[in-house]
Amino acid sequence: MADGQDKKIDAATGTELKGHEWDGIAELDTPLPRWWLWTFYATIIFAIGYVIAYPAIPMLHDYTRGMLGWSSRGALDKELAAREAEIAPLRRAIADTAITDLPGKPQLMQAAVEGGRAAFKVHCVQCHGSGAAGAKGYPNLNDDDWLWGGDLATIEKTITDGVRNPNHDATRVSMMPAFGRDQLLTSAQVNDVVAHVRVISRQDKASAASQRGTQVFADNCAVCHGPDGKGTRALGAPNLTDGIWLYGGDAETIHETVWNSRQGVMPRWDDKLDKATIRMLATYVHSLGGGEATPVDETADNEATARP
Amino acid sequence: MLMPAGSSDLYEKRKGVYPKAVDGFYRRLKWAIMAVTLAIYWVTPWLRWDRGPYAPDQAVLVDLAHRRFYMFAIEIWPHEFYYVAGLLIMAGIGLFLVTSAVGRAWCGYACPQTVWTDLYQHVERFTDGDRNAQIRLAKAPWSAAKIARRLAKWSIWLGIAFATGGAWIFYFADAPRLSHDFWAGSAAPVAYATVAVLTATTLLLGGFMREQVCIYMCPWPRIQTAMLDEKSLVVTYKDWRGEQRGSVKKAQAKPDLFGDCIDCNQCVAVCPTGIDIREGAQVGCITCALCIDACDKVMAQVGRPRGLIDYCTQEDAEAEKQGAAPRPVLKTLLRPRTLAYAAVWLSIGAAMLFALGARTRIDIAAQQDRNPIFVRLSDGAIRNAYMVKVRNMEARPRPVTVAVEGLPGAMLWTDAMPREQAAATVTATVPADSVAKLRLFIAAPAPGPQRQDFAFTVRATDREGGGDREPARFERP
Repeated sequence: MADGQDKKIDAATGTELKGHEWDGIAELDTPLPRWWLWTFYATIIFAIGYVIAYPAIPMLHDYTRGMLGWSSRGALDKELAAREAEIAPLRRAIADTAITDLPGKPQLMQAAVEGGRAAFKVHCVQCHGSGAAGAKGYPNLNDDDWLWGGDLATIEKTITDGVRNPNHDATRVSMMPAFGRDQLLTSAQVNDVVAHVRVISRQDKASAASQRGTQVFADNCAVCHGPDGKGTRALGAPNLTDGIWLYGGDAETIHETVWNSRQGVMPRWDDKLDKATIRMLATYVHSLGGGEATPVDETADNEATARP
Repeated sequence: MLMPAGSSDLYEKRKGVYPKAVDGFYRRLKWAIMAVTLAIYWVTPWLRWDRGPYAPDQAVLVDLAHRRFYMFAIEIWPHEFYYVAGLLIMAGIGLFLVTSAVGRAWCGYACPQTVWTDLYQHVERFTDGDRNAQIRLAKAPWSAAKIARRLAKWSIWLGIAFATGGAWIFYFADAPRLSHDFWAGSAAPVAYATVAVLTATTLLLGGFMREQVCIYMCPWPRIQTAMLDEKSLVVTYKDWRGEQRGSVKKAQAKPDLFGDCIDCNQCVAVCPTGIDIREGAQVGCITCALCIDACDKVMAQVGRPRGLIDYCTQEDAEAEKQGAAPRPVLKTLLRPRTLAYAAVWLSIGAAMLFALGARTRIDIAAQQDRNPIFVRLSDGAIRNAYMVKVRNMEARPRPVTVAVEGLPGAMLWTDAMPREQAAATVTATVPADSVAKLRLFIAAPAPGPQRQDFAFTVRATDREGGGDREPARFERP
């Protein structure tokens, strides 16, 4: 086939034939256009240059890194650093402004809320959900019920130090006893106090059990949850009379809560995030619809704070 | 034009066109139309229209930056773009109407290419002289005198081109301020770029390309030619009257043999597209009617009746050939096709005017938060959140009241107020000519359907009033 003798010239075009033939159809051996060839050579030269300059050839445990030292990860880092530098003044301004003063600076406040929205998606959604709607045991941050308080400074403190964060003195701690498991109450007493809680949260009508439970509640629970069960924020004791339940308001769940207690943990963030990010997170959480006004007198007991 | 001579048969080298000056009815009509169209183009951006303190006072303004279109008393927002679409449809049907009635009148009189080419040709006559002088100058070798004339002509052309390109930008920004900024060098780069591009195209299209734009580049002659019918007015050489061509002397010798055309070539000399109308209707004829003026003048000189070249429909031409009298112009113009176009054109216009008069200048849109869809509040009520946008299309701030319809027990508040201030309605002031965004919370009693349809309503509480409603949905666990 490649023999010179087999070569034939096509009469119509004057071009050599390849020598293949299919049912009388032959292939012309048309030379490549010059421009195409030169382009092809140019791509080869470019490829050699590229292999030298950029990461190219995979090795067993590594790869050739190229003389320019470029990597896509490095490029990303550079872009991120540039972005960080761009917003650094804003972060500084937020870090330098007391959180209670932020609402007075609407532009800074808005930047903080948006920054918080982004940071929330990274650090908080794992427990609180992408819409901050929470889950069983993880508070819904959209509503108006707060364990420790819903004003800006209180939210910031909660994020900073966490709740029941081990080995951290400043963390928020509320220790509800495991009344059943630790035999502080008898099984009957636990049932009675559950019935009482169901009544004060207006889920059940008063019954003999709830009547008995009233006294159990007064003796064991009121110290933290208050005589009427409305909770005490300073102690992180939840309001038991409202429509919001962290673990569930049905009798079975309340029974489990009283029997075993609940010891939900939120990590402290001051060792993981900078001050500005925590501040931004606090403003974002505050903006979700349940945020409360800063108490006028900061020394006043949180319990006395007007609630919406 | 730029092909080397004899390089290929596929291209035809441009033959120079040096139209001769002519006077007559149609020439004067063209003068008038040129004056009016150029005046509209140059004057319009400088007209003022008082819209109060919150809106620009330029009568006609396409404010791209703020997405507003002002035309005298009418202000159009981007979502009302269908008015502009309607105008474009009217322009299209208007062209159908004009074309079916009077042929390519747009091409002949009002097209910017025609108007500016005409203007440039007058400049050319001013600097170089009339047709014969121009031909002589074109053939003459380059000399100091020729260079001087060319420079003079090109400078004036460039001046006109700059004025043309320069005027365009004033439609898109406040004209007096932009004019000041433009000369001070502080206008936006896009303004300078636009002026540069339009100056270049004006100079190129009006000075050098001219009839080639009409003959080779523009799709419109093809479309118009397709829209002409046997009842449309076209410029017609009445060959049954003109042929056989011959000089006056020859005609006197043999009156039976020769027609009215004395073959003086004046119709060709004045033609701005360089065609010979005596070859019949053709795509190069823009029906500017200057050949009619030229021929009428010659006919008057030799004492023959005018109208050897005239506006004439194909149908009338056939009739005249048979010896019948031409029909009155009105009858040609008023026929079912033109009347139908006119009816469609007018009804679209009337519908748009009606819609303009009846449109609301306040409008509400609402988008529900999807994550979370609902929130249970401590008092047991269910809260949904919405991004509500109230659009105030008047050039003054307006107080509005937003309320809900069909959601019993609903209480409204915004993210700017505590829930204690929740009420059945929320009031806001929407700044002039803008959209107010309200993040609105609605709390309603928990008992109720899982998905409840209701509507947001907005009502302006000023003297003029007006309002809008927007369907929405309230969701419960």
